[in-house]
Amino acid sequence: MLIDHPLLGPRDASEFVYKGDASLINRPDWQAEDALAKFIDYGYLRDNPASDHRELWFHEQGDRSWLVVTRDTTTHEIKSVELARDVARREGRSK
Amino acid sequence: MHDLKPMTPLGQHEPVIETHGPVTLTEVTDTALASVAARLGREADTAAILASVLGSETPAPARHGGKTLTAFWMGPDQWMVEAPLETHEDLAAQLAATSEGAMSVTEQTDAWCRFDLSGERLADVFERLCSANTRAFTGGEAVRTAIEHLGCFLLCRTPAHISVLGPRSAANSLHHALLTAMRSAH
Repeated sequence: MLIDHPLLGPRDASEFVYKGDASLINRPDWQAEDALAKFIDYGYLRDNPASDHRELWFHEQGDRSWLVVTRDTTTHEIKSVELARDVARREGRSK
Repeated sequence: MHDLKPMTPLGQHEPVIETHGPVTLTEVTDTALASVAARLGREADTAAILASVLGSETPAPARHGGKTLTAFWMGPDQWMVEAPLETHEDLAAQLAATSEGAMSVTEQTDAWCRFDLSGERLADVFERLCSANTRAFTGGEAVRTAIEHLGCFLLCRTPAHISVLGPRSAANSLHHALLTAMRSAH
């Protein structure tokens, strides 16, 4: 499997490590009233779609960047690859 | 006054040089290293400071270059600066003095060992060692890849001269892997 790194081009998947669901970018506010419930959801509950799945990959044997990869779980087709920091900034996570 | 003798990453007093077939492996110990990482929101400032240090543009992703000093790209908004050890033993301090709070500078000289492979058909050696596409190298590439399970940088000075930077603590393992591949390929 090849992952088309946005900066470096296609790289072998063996250079990457899977780091989980991309929703992990959205860490809840620890000071909120319902922080406990939110963190239980954040820590343990995942969607399991039989279609496009957004996931975090870490380029461990490369430039050490974190990527958000959108992959179809039924065909393993990779539909888009973005730098996780760009995704996080777009979603207002980066201050 | 102590009379201390410096040791190379391979534990010798002089750098090791070995030739097999058309390929010569040279242990390189005369280079100072320091890494530079842009702080959040200061990416453009860091690139500008680094460009003035290098006397040329800041290297693009997976590239190395420079005039006064050279640097290679390590990751988004991160570079490693190379300089002659004799004149820049305090390279990190020199860079930090120019940083204006825009970047974090880390001393890296003794964290790495460096082996330069020079000669013909180097891609025959590297295709046995890593997944980097060394056959497509034309000069100026800087790729991080795994060699012998070690995270290493390959810097293509020219297609007949490629530097390998690996973790110093595993210098002997890396040296063994490079020699084994040289003997296998040629």
